[in-house]
Amino acid sequence: MQLTKEQQLMLNGESGEAARQSMEILCALGKIYGAKDMVPITSAQVAGVSYKTIGEAGLEYLQDFARAGARVRIPTFLNPAGMDREQWEKLRVPAAFAKKQLAILSAFSKMGISSTCTCTPYLVGIRPKLGEHIAWSESSAISFANSVLGARTNREGGPSALAAAVCGCTPNYGLHLDENRVANLLVQVETPLKGMSDFGALGAYVGEASKGKVPAFLGVKSASEDKLKSLGASMAAWGSTAIYFMKGITPEWKVEDGAEEIKFGAKELAQMREKMAGEGKPDIIAIGCPHASLDEIREVAEKVKGKKLGCQLWVCTARKTKEAADKAGFTVAIEAAGGNVVADTCMVVCPLEEMGITHAACNSGKAAKYLTNMFKRKVVYGDVEDIILCK
Amino acid sequence: MKKGTKAREGVVQGRAISRGVAEGEAMVSKDAISFFGGVDPKTGIIIDKGHALEGKCISGKVLIFPRGKGSTVGSYVLLQLAKNNRAPVAIINEEAEPIIAVGAIIARIPMVDKLERNAYSRIKGGMRISVDGTSGTAGIKE
Repeated sequence: MQLTKEQQLMLNGESGEAARQSMEILCALGKIYGAKDMVPITSAQVAGVSYKTIGEAGLEYLQDFARAGARVRIPTFLNPAGMDREQWEKLRVPAAFAKKQLAILSAFSKMGISSTCTCTPYLVGIRPKLGEHIAWSESSAISFANSVLGARTNREGGPSALAAAVCGCTPNYGLHLDENRVANLLVQVETPLKGMSDFGALGAYVGEASKGKVPAFLGVKSASEDKLKSLGASMAAWGSTAIYFMKGITPEWKVEDGAEEIKFGAKELAQMREKMAGEGKPDIIAIGCPHASLDEIREVAEKVKGKKLGCQLWVCTARKTKEAADKAGFTVAIEAAGGNVVADTCMVVCPLEEMGITHAACNSGKAAKYLTNMFKRKVVYGDVEDIILCK
Repeated sequence: MKKGTKAREGVVQGRAISRGVAEGEAMVSKDAISFFGGVDPKTGIIIDKGHALEGKCISGKVLIFPRGKGSTVGSYVLLQLAKNNRAPVAIINEEAEPIIAVGAIIARIPMVDKLERNAYSRIKGGMRISVDGTSGTAGIKE
């Protein structure tokens, strides 16, 4: 690989052991994927934050790495952690888990990483522009950045995103290159998509059908950012889609000649919803996968105002969004109905099983996939108004 | 192989993945390895049910396997093995992928892949193998 003088010095250890090891990781990945050189990046987002995910092994690694002098060079956010840093006791997170989680966050903080734990960095301060190179590692954030914003990131793992943050660059391959940002699966959407849960179902259907191909959607007349965020998250969870295009909506649109075509009509929508949805009274209604925008929190607050919920309700979001919701009075309204606005974490990465929860309702295709796997039971699935007063 | 050039001919070029030099006895797995959930970090024993090396201890060996698989947390398990002195001394993969490559680097285990001259398939369990992860070579003593 062609390294700049500065990158070569890092690899030689002139910027310390942590930077040396980071550059060794980036060079190894560059070799594996056939990159010719490194590309400078403007931000990183590091996954592998929840103690539930990385365990003792990950915690020890991060502590060692911080001790070895690891410091990030560019703005870096974290993926959701295993709990809300401020409300964990109230939300009944086991104390032993909380202690480990706080140790993980403290190690990241020593490296100069922002304590913002979210899958929506683009809603709370890091919003890359068209053509900007970044190294992100949460699957829905990757999809949103590549597709909706037109920024460029591969699907990074926790350690590779961290290494990129320490070195300020990433190997130049995959979705950093024009030639790979081309769709080879045309999806004709032939049915109106109503709420968030329809976009989640479309994402689940195409995620499963895509088998690694890059989808391009035709026939969607309009879609809010919240719906695109839900669509991308669902496709990444049900397939492993890191980029998609939508005619007239996404900033990029490039489709290969002779791309395979599939259709998504009323029949496919109904079948997918049937496949995703279960029944029964949930222990928890989980909203905010990916993390809720202020608009989504407002919607929940309006729907529950003056009512009493029949089960727990979590609206998961980034801390900065929660602070805005606090100011706007949405948090109080949700709490008065018996729900919580939860920051820093989400239903997918916190230890729900250890908290006695065995059945959930959600409006997200991604959460539906993971919670169904976690509980070995299909979730109750629908839009906020369908599930919020679950009986 | 000509007589007198045996030692030299036993050195094969591959790709340098994780730097460092080590030598040991080969343990060969025909199956890919998932370190997360597949290897006990305390003992170095393969616990993956039905795996070609199930019940075998990889500690101190030059571990030869096609590639990694499973959770990316597997990288961290390699580090834990090293901290517990239960890691393999070196790794040769048929073709490296990120989980094992990153794990070997953070655990400081020398690693190479893509050996030339079809050398990967010639390595048998019990052979003495040296790995130079800095120059990207492996020495095979048959």
